[in-house]
Amino acid sequence: MAVTLTINGQRRDFDASPEMPLLWFLRDVAGLTGTKFGCAAGLCGACSVLMDGVRVFGCQTPVGDAVGKSITTIEGLTQQPLGKALVEAWNEVDVVQCGYCQPGQIVAAASLIATNPKPDDAAIDAGMSGNICRCGTYPRIRAAIHRAAQIHAGEPA
Amino acid sequence: MTGTTRRDVLIGSGLFSAALMVPVAFGSSRSRAAGAPSLAGNTWLGVDAQGRVTLALPKTEMGQGILTTITMIAAEELAVRPVDVVVSIPDGDSVRFAPIDQGTGGSTSVREVWQPLREAGARARIALVNAGARQWGVPAAECDAHDGAVVHRPSGKVLAYAALVAAAAAAPLPTEAPVRPASAYAVIGKSHRRLDGDAKARGVAEYGIDVVVPGMKYAAISVSPIFGGKLAGVDEAAARAVQGVTGVIRGADVVYVVGDNTWAVRQGITAAKAQWTADAASTGTQQAGVIAAVAAALDKPGFVAATSGDLEAARVGAAHRFSATYTQPFLAHATMEPANCVAHVHDGQCEIWTGSQIPGDARKAAAKRLGLPLDKVTLHNRLMGGGFGRRLEADMVERCVDLAKQVPFPVKLIWSREEDMSHDWYRPAYADHIDIAIGADGKIAAWEHKIAGSSIMARLLGPAFKGVDDDAVEGAITPIYPARARKVTFQQQESLVPTSWWRGVGPLRSAFVMESAIDEVAHQVGADPIAFRLAHIEDPRARAVLEQARDKAGWGTAVAPGVGRGVAVIHLWDTYMAAVAEVTVDKDHQIAVKTVTVVVDCGQAVNPSGVAAQIDSGIIFGTAGALYGEVTIANGRVEQSNFHDYRVLRMNEAPVIHTTLIDNHEKPGGMGEPPNAVIFPALANAVFAATGKRLRNLPLQKGLEAG
Ligand code: FES
Ligand code: FES
Repeated sequence: MAVTLTINGQRRDFDASPEMPLLWFLRDVAGLTGTKFGCAAGLCGACSVLMDGVRVFGCQTPVGDAVGKSITTIEGLTQQPLGKALVEAWNEVDVVQCGYCQPGQIVAAASLIATNPKPDDAAIDAGMSGNICRCGTYPRIRAAIHRAAQIHAGEPA
Repeated sequence: MTGTTRRDVLIGSGLFSAALMVPVAFGSSRSRAAGAPSLAGNTWLGVDAQGRVTLALPKTEMGQGILTTITMIAAEELAVRPVDVVVSIPDGDSVRFAPIDQGTGGSTSVREVWQPLREAGARARIALVNAGARQWGVPAAECDAHDGAVVHRPSGKVLAYAALVAAAAAAPLPTEAPVRPASAYAVIGKSHRRLDGDAKARGVAEYGIDVVVPGMKYAAISVSPIFGGKLAGVDEAAARAVQGVTGVIRGADVVYVVGDNTWAVRQGITAAKAQWTADAASTGTQQAGVIAAVAAALDKPGFVAATSGDLEAARVGAAHRFSATYTQPFLAHATMEPANCVAHVHDGQCEIWTGSQIPGDARKAAAKRLGLPLDKVTLHNRLMGGGFGRRLEADMVERCVDLAKQVPFPVKLIWSREEDMSHDWYRPAYADHIDIAIGADGKIAAWEHKIAGSSIMARLLGPAFKGVDDDAVEGAITPIYPARARKVTFQQQESLVPTSWWRGVGPLRSAFVMESAIDEVAHQVGADPIAFRLAHIEDPRARAVLEQARDKAGWGTAVAPGVGRGVAVIHLWDTYMAAVAEVTVDKDHQIAVKTVTVVVDCGQAVNPSGVAAQIDSGIIFGTAGALYGEVTIANGRVEQSNFHDYRVLRMNEAPVIHTTLIDNHEKPGGMGEPPNAVIFPALANAVFAATGKRLRNLPLQKGLEAG
């Protein structure tokens, strides 16, 4: 079945069932493998993408729900100013370990900063506790979010 | 198909910076062939015709940062920047890297490669220096390597490696090639950002699960949820009715559903409603029985792992006697990237793409499974979304080739989280009994430690196993506490639950028991737990980490009610580490870990930022394990299935971690596992300090709630 989706600013027609979760659609149909599979149960956040700027779990969002919305994946986010600021901060703080959760973490962080440009630790806890990192990068993610907020606001370190 | 020649996946900076400039489109190919080195320092480190240092990573990258660490060591010897090294992740190959084993576990990587890697780098560097000296007609002693070039110091003349590599390769490799002295280090010991960090953050790094092969189909797997069960029935029609499902394949204890995408095959495997049969021994396997059998094994004499002095004699006239039994549960790895593998079996050969901690052995396992000669099987290794020991097993490869040999196309097999969780190879459940006698002189007179549980080594060694599991007893037989008499025994006790390596391995078990017990003895004799340890520890490096942790953590200062500090100190994997954990326990008995202060002496730290990252990692991974980790068995099945019932730590639960690195140039120690081992006992001891409740059975949260 043909669906028209806007992904990372590009409108395209795809052949996919509207029930297919965005996670599998992005990875297997659209070839965007930056969005990761961790649990398929809304428990880990590895599959996070932005839908009209707000983080959703790709594994819990049917393709049909994305029709008419703007989907931004990690690949698209990192081409935007906020995504660039996040990657820069992630690199500065040297956050990544296995890295598998990190695209989802960065998407969640983008959603957080978009609504709260200077999140404090409590806001980071609230905004980021839907994302699991088995490698334990939480302390550096926290530091990197503070740093990304600065970079995005054009403030010096 | 990508052909059968070796294709290393380049993940050097060159490729990644190129990847940055390409606007990310739908679909991408991120592989390219590596050029053979012109000048070979050994079979995996060299300099290519363009003068670039090329490194085929001899160990596997699962998040621990070894790619960066090893590249830094190579860069140091070859006098280039780490970002200039072209790093590839090589295929599984048990010969190419010998005597180094590609197998990556036991915190051995840096310890194993440290000497051969530097020697290979030094050989190549000196070959280049000699070539430069010959070209200029000057003594080699007047020349040095610097920033990818050879420099003649008196004249200031410079020749890039690219201009010298052919001449260097034409001459015999130097036999005398001293490694760089620590005093000259430009790279080692200075924090370096991870080389794979940027690509991973951007989502363009390729993990096993991301591999796409032309013509590939997808598959889901369901293995008997009952240990030892067999497939009894499948609703094949229902599975095939799912749009996108193209096939259902049965095995003795497994069913696969094949199709056009992961979503289709996930629906298909659910629709297949596989049915299983198992005998009464399997379906009757219960948690309580398995655990009771392990505990009962402590009553057997066990096999002696270490003995010194006369225990009975040493106990006579003891001023204090302490004995206790500790238990630790089965644990799942729950790597963030679930198990997966891509394989293509065709024309008497097999090509495999996966992320493995044992690429060489996994390739052999596939060849054996397929009955193919080893040279007909290629395993392309990939970055791993976590390992923690899970990918030291090859079952994902074996299951995938079992399927791939039955289909005429490449197939990507992905485990669901539920399937991954319930078909892990679990950290063994253990029981330990410890009996410590303190003599009238205040010294440890007698120390008896009995260990019982599944033996991973017995499975791996087969008939060569003689009764003592050398991994399980590690740490227990080399304690930092001297005793006049000591005896350590091991008793194997198996169940149907498959067991394997889990971050921290045997020494983690030892550390929890020994550092809990020494804490209990300290409290029993009314001593401060750190002062008591220091009264017994003789090793100056162990004393130093403990003293610094005490001072940095504010040990001994007042804490609020419900708050407690606990300490542990270890010398394992050639690393010394002390941790002080501060926990709070609320009125509902919920444990929260507020801060952890860690002091580490791991000898020469190659990448201090990486060492600190491993400490964050191990402390958080270990905190999840100590507080919540437990896999339980009911009716022959694992009861846990996903992150809702196998709780791990989240951002809001992560402690603040203060790390201090003691700088020195001793031989490097391991870093992947020590923090995970030190935190288990530190937390148990902190919960005791906070509540007065001594928890000898993990996990701690459950123990505290049980009262
Ligand atoms: S994969 Fe979607 S939340 Fe885990
Ligand atoms: S970096 Fe490995 S799971 Fe987060």
